[in-house]
Amino acid sequence: MAVRFISTLVVAALTLFAIVPAQAEVVFQDVTSPKGIHAWLVEDYSVPIVTIRFSFSGGTSQDPVGKEGLANLMTSLFDEGAGDLDSDTFQIKLDDAGAEMSFSADQDAVHGSMRMLADQQPEAFGLLKMSVESPRFDQNPIDRMRSQIVSGIMANAQRPETAANEQWAKTLYGDHPYSRTNDGTIAGLTTVTAADLRAFHRAMFARSNLHIGVVGAIDAETLKTRLDQVFGDLPAEAALTPVPDIVPKLGQDVGITYNLPQTTIYMAYPGVQRADPDFFAAYVMNYILGGGDFSSRLFAEVREKRGLTYGVSSSLQNSDHADSLVIGTATRADRAGETLKVIQDVIAGLAKDGPTEAELASAKKYIIGSYAINSMSSSVAIANTLVGLQDVDLPIDYVAQRPALINAVTLEQVKAAAAKLLSVKPTILLLGPAATPADVPTPTPAPALETPTQP
Amino acid sequence: MVSMTGLVRACALALSIAALSLPARAEAPTTAANEAVVEHYVLDNGLEIVVIPDHRSPIVTHMVWYKIGSADEPPGKSGIAHFFEHLMFKGTKAHPAGEFDRVVSEIGGNQNAFTANDYTAFFQTVPPDALPTMMSFEADRMRGLILTEDVIGAERDVVLEERRSRIESSPRSLLQEETQATLFQNHPYRIPVIGWLHEMEQLNRVDATAFYDRYYAPNNAVLVVAGDVEPEAVLALAKTTYGLVPRGPDLPPRVRPSEPEHNTRRTVTMNDARVGVPSYSTSWVVPTYRNARPGEAEALDLLSEILGGGTRSRLYQQVVVKGDIASAAGAGYDSGAYDPSTFTVYGVPQGDNTVASVEAAVNAQIASVIKDGVTEKELDSAKTRYVRSLVFARDEQADMANLYGRELATGGTVEDIAEWPDRIRAVTAEQVQAVAQRYLDPSVAVTSYLLPPATEGK
Repeated sequence: MAVRFISTLVVAALTLFAIVPAQAEVVFQDVTSPKGIHAWLVEDYSVPIVTIRFSFSGGTSQDPVGKEGLANLMTSLFDEGAGDLDSDTFQIKLDDAGAEMSFSADQDAVHGSMRMLADQQPEAFGLLKMSVESPRFDQNPIDRMRSQIVSGIMANAQRPETAANEQWAKTLYGDHPYSRTNDGTIAGLTTVTAADLRAFHRAMFARSNLHIGVVGAIDAETLKTRLDQVFGDLPAEAALTPVPDIVPKLGQDVGITYNLPQTTIYMAYPGVQRADPDFFAAYVMNYILGGGDFSSRLFAEVREKRGLTYGVSSSLQNSDHADSLVIGTATRADRAGETLKVIQDVIAGLAKDGPTEAELASAKKYIIGSYAINSMSSSVAIANTLVGLQDVDLPIDYVAQRPALINAVTLEQVKAAAAKLLSVKPTILLLGPAATPADVPTPTPAPALETPTQP
Repeated sequence: MVSMTGLVRACALALSIAALSLPARAEAPTTAANEAVVEHYVLDNGLEIVVIPDHRSPIVTHMVWYKIGSADEPPGKSGIAHFFEHLMFKGTKAHPAGEFDRVVSEIGGNQNAFTANDYTAFFQTVPPDALPTMMSFEADRMRGLILTEDVIGAERDVVLEERRSRIESSPRSLLQEETQATLFQNHPYRIPVIGWLHEMEQLNRVDATAFYDRYYAPNNAVLVVAGDVEPEAVLALAKTTYGLVPRGPDLPPRVRPSEPEHNTRRTVTMNDARVGVPSYSTSWVVPTYRNARPGEAEALDLLSEILGGGTRSRLYQQVVVKGDIASAAGAGYDSGAYDPSTFTVYGVPQGDNTVASVEAAVNAQIASVIKDGVTEKELDSAKTRYVRSLVFARDEQADMANLYGRELATGGTVEDIAEWPDRIRAVTAEQVQAVAQRYLDPSVAVTSYLLPPATEGK
């Protein structure tokens, strides 16, 4: 099956004269190997490389209590020896094969990727197979990578931002796995053994929880062979520990006092599930509130008109088991009260009256038109999109359906979403010299916020 | 390589900018059938144009680079280049403030800008049929900006908050700033791109207008267009937009104050309660591609890769893996700077090991290269990795646009980029050893330490 789409083109108001290039197209193919491994493929020969990205659902929320950091440590070891190759030999072969490989873990999945030169793809896929199927978890690399991770945790341990993030997560998620950091803890990492790593790998790396995206100079028939080679011998079913859904706890005030030149503010409001019929109404609302880089209400009021901050934004955050809307900024400490008031006024205004027709129309145009630009700019971006869509169970023709889904959102629906989400008393965190939520400010610096893939 | 961190107009893009400092330069398209040809033009008013076709996705990246950066600022006006970058979004007679952002958003595009030591760049990523509009807006603000007093104050507050967010809140950033000011004794690379706080507070409309009139003109700019476009069409559009902007005054040669001889070893130390694990770095001022003797910058690039480029490097293998005393160690070289810039090595101790022991182990590796050179195998692997990274760089049109923009804005040419892989391949092991001997002299290095609070008796 192949689905074609071309980015929706909006006629620009000031077009001098039209250039009419042959429009580039990105075509998604659904590929199934003889052993039943599914992948989405974008065949593209513009650069002689192949990029593969995949996810195994699970992630750091699978870390057992007392072994926090297990998933993170595991992802640091896939290029540290596999099959009959020790760490040194494996890395030299990987380098000789002209390939770059990386693994990482977030709350909900372990992600892997490899970028290789097309003319060396057989060797590269051979190494990827060994990595995915039979990582060695030798003691020397375990100890080395563990000490690097521990060193990283220690390096940040005295930063007030670390304390703030920790309290923020505890306040919202209590003792749910989402309250933990992806890095893990020093105590947890210290207890992890090679046997733990092997068991964890066996439980999570299976065909049942695997999504794959491939982009580049490879055809569907060749890819089928490679899919069976790399993933075909994995266990059929993953053995994951169920993780409960959780509603973040709102209405809380958190203050971290530290003598800093700025006050950082986070605010958490309720979110909306990705599968909820109101998701796009909420998404559009968030764009108008603070999702648009230079065009949101928060940007206009807090930065542009008053110069109170360098960055202010809001973001809809969706995980497998929790959803929220988070606002963040950082402002000079002596104007933190003013900043908080401005943000609260913007929120109250949107909750009460909703957006204007003009704002809704602009938001829709951006959200529709930006998809190709934000999701298709490189092999890596496209592969990321291919996997991200599968991770949330969207169909392969989703990209073609998407503009209609967004255009269907009405002003009333956006008003309703604003009233519903923004009328709730948020959890507010303040980090700064006078961090008493009662008398001062609001949001935080964007770095701590995740940037979600564009839905 | 060490990136001279560019400042961006909003933080959302900071990551993507930082992420593209993989290789210093990329391979120009050669002869393979599936490769596009990079076109280079110059308009009558002096504007240089580079077009890099890439037909994978219906996207185009449109950039204008000005050959003006923080190192070109008048004395006492630090931060004006970056502040002015922000002011470029404040509107013209034809397009009032906010209109450009609104138009870009409504076509689903993104735009931003960034400032570095040697250049200032503005860019949009849009669907191809919006390119004429982008060129029209960008050409309009090249000379048509209107700056009123009321926009100056609020935007100055924004860049002051930017400085507080990026620098004042971070011990590491403050240390880096003062290390740079120690390493460079006379050259303006000693001054931070964002500016010193006390000078930023005094920047005003008169400064901004003078800066604009002097430096923002087609003969001091480079247009780079990468993506789903045809070069002839881009050239035709450029003539009817940028081509109508009159040439600006001729600028004097871009000569900055240069470094005197360095004769001392210097250290810069910061103790801060927020530091959980100590770390250190050592830097030297070394030549870069534009000003090095033939082959030296290429040799320094390879030295940086062999010594400290990733997990196969000497520092990682010998100090982290075999030495087992550091959790991180590496090297970097800012090869693309207009004037001589920095070569840096760094390390972070692991467990109970001390900074001093890591520093000694790193220095031993440098001494070993100085004394015995590098092996042919190390050299070949490093060359292969460099040339390969250029193929990977071609995968991201914004990376390619940045590569060409940076090269041309810092005195290079399209041919320099095309020839670079061959120049890298030609480097010998003797040349790598020679640049290590000549430039990595411990008696003139600047070493900086980021440490926890000093405790008694230590």
